[in-house]
Amino acid sequence: MTQDSLATVEVQKLTKYFGALNALENVTIRFDPGSFHALLGENGAGKSTLAKCIMGYYQADSGRISVDGQAHKITNPRQAHRLGLGMVYQHFTLVPNMTVAENLLLGEEHIPWIIDWKAQRKRLEEFMAAMPFRLDLNQKVTGLAAGEKQKLEILKQLFLGNWFLILDEPTSVLTPSEADEILGLMRQMADEKRITVVLITHKLREVKEFAGEITVLRNGAVTGYGRPGEIKRSELIQMMIGREKVPPAVCRVEGEVCESRLEIRDLTVNNDNGLTAVKDVDLNVCAGEIVGIAGVSGNGQTELVEALAGQRQAQAGRILVSGDRFRRTRAEIRAKHVCLLSEEPLNNSCVRSMTLAENLALRNYDEPKHTIGRWFVRRKSMNRHALDLIEHFSIKTQGPDAPIETLSGGNVQRTVLARELSEEVSLLIAHNPCFGLDLNAVAEIRNKITEARNSGAAVLLISADLDEILELSDRIVVMFEGQLVYETTCDSADVQTIGRYMASQG
Amino acid sequence: MEGATQLGWWGVLIAVIGGALRVSTPYLFVSLGETLTEKGGRINLGLEGILMMGAMSGYGIAVLTGNPWFGVLVAGCAGALLGLLHGLICNLPRVNDTAVGISLFIFGTGLAFFLGKPFIQPSAPRLPDIALGAWSALPQIRSALQVNVLFIIGVILVPVLSWSLKNTRWGMILRTVGDSSDAAKALGYHVNRVRTLGTMVGGFLAGIGGSFLSLYYPGTWNEGLSSGQGLMAVALVIFARWNPVYCFGVALLFGGATALGPALQTVGITSNYYLYGAAPYFLTLVLLIHSSSTKHSLAGAPSELSINR
Repeated sequence: MTQDSLATVEVQKLTKYFGALNALENVTIRFDPGSFHALLGENGAGKSTLAKCIMGYYQADSGRISVDGQAHKITNPRQAHRLGLGMVYQHFTLVPNMTVAENLLLGEEHIPWIIDWKAQRKRLEEFMAAMPFRLDLNQKVTGLAAGEKQKLEILKQLFLGNWFLILDEPTSVLTPSEADEILGLMRQMADEKRITVVLITHKLREVKEFAGEITVLRNGAVTGYGRPGEIKRSELIQMMIGREKVPPAVCRVEGEVCESRLEIRDLTVNNDNGLTAVKDVDLNVCAGEIVGIAGVSGNGQTELVEALAGQRQAQAGRILVSGDRFRRTRAEIRAKHVCLLSEEPLNNSCVRSMTLAENLALRNYDEPKHTIGRWFVRRKSMNRHALDLIEHFSIKTQGPDAPIETLSGGNVQRTVLARELSEEVSLLIAHNPCFGLDLNAVAEIRNKITEARNSGAAVLLISADLDEILELSDRIVVMFEGQLVYETTCDSADVQTIGRYMASQG
Repeated sequence: MEGATQLGWWGVLIAVIGGALRVSTPYLFVSLGETLTEKGGRINLGLEGILMMGAMSGYGIAVLTGNPWFGVLVAGCAGALLGLLHGLICNLPRVNDTAVGISLFIFGTGLAFFLGKPFIQPSAPRLPDIALGAWSALPQIRSALQVNVLFIIGVILVPVLSWSLKNTRWGMILRTVGDSSDAAKALGYHVNRVRTLGTMVGGFLAGIGGSFLSLYYPGTWNEGLSSGQGLMAVALVIFARWNPVYCFGVALLFGGATALGPALQTVGITSNYYLYGAAPYFLTLVLLIHSSSTKHSLAGAPSELSINR
């Protein structure tokens, strides 16, 4: 933490194989003291592998890691900690039912047998006072927002005295404003030469805005280096994916008179704790338009989608689809052509233990074309159906019999997309459809959504990613604490205004 | 009976309180033990079996050595051994703690019946008790406040455990492991080892609870001794929200419910005796239904518990 303990960290000619896969190839990067260095790359580019080699989770096959000019063989995370190297993980490693104070203390190498909370609390308070951001020590982690949890992860590392921090996709669970706040603070601390920051990300915006240096990785090798001012966005994309063009977005067509497909009237839904999560929501979605619901996650979006999907009972209100009361029965879903892309598709819309083919047929396995006498399922026709979809939606898999769990996140999302969009779509509800996917998959999925809209479907898009909302929506509404607090059309949409309503300072 | 009729319904209340103090001890020990086990992220449903093994081995050793305290110690160790067995089996990959618990339940009771056959006849020395009611002239109060030493140890354990979970390194580690095995692994703790130890300590306490049954109240060894108290204690832990202090309160409540039938008998209400005897089971059902929900997991539950995942 002290200024003179900052040092240069270097990786030199690092190579790492996993079996035949070359995860890292001759990677050489120099991290200067007090720098904010971004490691940019797509999923599987080797960013996390590099970080784990530095932290001692993996041993590199060749090459060396040096701190302050001295080579170190780091064989476990504890050893990395002793050198002052720390990592903030993509998935939180906090203990949910413990307080902030307890979580901070847990990270320490030697917890005393009997904890003198008075003395520890004093020490923690002194530490907090010196930090640019603060948290209530008595707050339980379960009560923290995602952004606060991320802050606590960072505070944990700083409390341990680590001055070299690797942030692994820290903003994937944060809203843009939370992300900006945290990255801004980290940048500030780096500028004050209190820490060195390595930011692992695939988000170009963050890199352009906060990083001082950028190293791009692709397939385990360094494909580019530069400073944000000197390097163009298109160049970065080329370095990341190896070609200049991301699949182009499907153009929008102008909508006409509103033919209401989804009508939500005075919908009120409770959350798991019995508190009101969605309050008196009124919303219309017309055929041929995308309505985007923006908002900081945790403001009732999940409960709203679950109510629409039939996963959660509404307390009050009505849902009408194409003018009729919608009670979310299978018959209605089929008759009205309602399609759903849930968030976390593996949990919310797939059966984990079933194969890819079975998951692809969940919508229609009981229809005459896949059954004998509507009673016996014809696996052959199911498999043929699956092979069609696998090809059409370019799902990467070993075959239709592969368990759905063996597919990567992007391919699970493609599977659900294939299942939901392969037949006629009249109403599509999509919740964070691109969360955690790489650039190519994101572009593809967004294209499919706009295609559905262009062919006349009504689309309700709920997303925590404001850029996604802005890119796709024809109409934008903002959800805050369970209510729709702002509405605008896409031509008059203004990021600043929307951001204000998301934080409800409208 | 003379005094009871004079006291009327007060007599019932005193008898219920007295019964609660007496009957609650095994509930208290078993639930405290199970709280520790569950804080570590495992459920041990085999407590009924451990309770029976504790009762049998404690009684047997007391008969053989003539010292009831030696029996208590051995009962605890027998419980810890069964806890260790549960822990070790659950450490194997893809083993479900609920299933292991149920088989341990059957194994423990069966083993206790088998090994305990020779001890049904002989009588063992009883554990001593303390007359907290000596100040009173009323025989009812005196007998109600005749409190066993184990009960007092249990009462002392309540704040000690509650404090330790928050203020000691072991408490912190146990809760970390029970709440987030990912976090625990990232911190370098051996999740399985900690959980096994948690189950062992839980088994130790449950074994002691069993020895109370055979060495104090009812104070004999037979096969119908426990009548499901070990299973009810699991429900009790859920209702007590994994909090040792609440465990104490709920154990007293269950004890009181168990004592209701005999207490009513003292004022001459003997009809429906078996119905009143079912009070604790009924209470278990009501509490579980009351504290259950289809929508949310229980507040305060350790996140790693299989009922939560």
